[in-house]
Amino acid sequence: MAKKEAIEVEGTVIEALPNAMFRVELPNKHEVLAHISGKIRMHYIRVLPGDKVLIELSPYDLKRGRITYRLK
Amino acid sequence: MGIELKSEKEIDSMRQAGRIVAEILGIMAEQAKPGTKTKEMDIIAEKELKKRGAESSFKGYRGYPATVCVSVNDEIVHGIPGDRVLKEGDIVSLDFGAIYHGYHGDAAITIPVGKISSQARRLIDTTRDTLNVGIQAARAGAKLGDVSSAIQTYAESQGYSLVREYTGHGIGRKMHEDPQIPNTTYAPYGLNRGTGPVLKKGMTLALEPMLIAGGWQVRVADDQWTVMTADGGLAAHFEHTIAVDDKEAEILTR
Repeated sequence: MAKKEAIEVEGTVIEALPNAMFRVELPNKHEVLAHISGKIRMHYIRVLPGDKVLIELSPYDLKRGRITYRLK
Repeated sequence: MGIELKSEKEIDSMRQAGRIVAEILGIMAEQAKPGTKTKEMDIIAEKELKKRGAESSFKGYRGYPATVCVSVNDEIVHGIPGDRVLKEGDIVSLDFGAIYHGYHGDAAITIPVGKISSQARRLIDTTRDTLNVGIQAARAGAKLGDVSSAIQTYAESQGYSLVREYTGHGIGRKMHEDPQIPNTTYAPYGLNRGTGPVLKKGMTLALEPMLIAGGWQVRVADDQWTVMTADGGLAAHFEHTIAVDDKEAEILTR
């Protein structure tokens, strides 16, 4: 069975939650609960409210995502 | 995350799962005759799985309601079997996965129903060849992007488009494992030659190029599953589960 690609979008972090979870607002004003990718965690990249980030959304649950990149 | 390497013992379990998938696909293919309803494929698959003590990989996967995906003509993948009756001249793709002793096998074929046009025949043959080109490229030491680019180069040289946003995948104890295996190099999802993770012996991958005689754009039907070509072009789909090796990859679903 073919796999549907994850959808990548840009968003803005609005709140840092416990357990490295973040609330992220998308350009379309939707809010997504996103966790942080292992790579970001490994390199101790700080993600703070106000940061622009790239998140991967699951095509099956558009309310959750994974932060894969912190944009400058 | 990360791509799992399977031990020889695990690969042997996957070989058994793969053999079951191949056998049952063969049985279903014999029934692909004019007048057959697509849901009959599902009944066959279910019965044969039970006979072999295996389970369906698809049923219940993210809510998928059937054991097989049956996609006819301009349907590319994830067609839900139902009351549609196969007609002479149709091409039908059967995508099927089984779990045996905890490991998955996943494969797909596209077959003719009765006599088909020479264009449809050429699409099917080219899709099968494209899969083989991909398998040839998937050797230990190569990059994943080498596989994507080999698949794209061959399919496009024959004048067909490739589906971009559905991909092959790693496979093992789960049906979909890392990595995603794009069939093209197109951004944002594709992988260029020489990029992506390095393939290693022991990786088990499901390669599945989906070719269209027409544009590459797709749409999802009202059932939220069936993926169709946007312009109504014919589509074909072949898939094998393979184990990467230093030499040629081993096809587990045969």
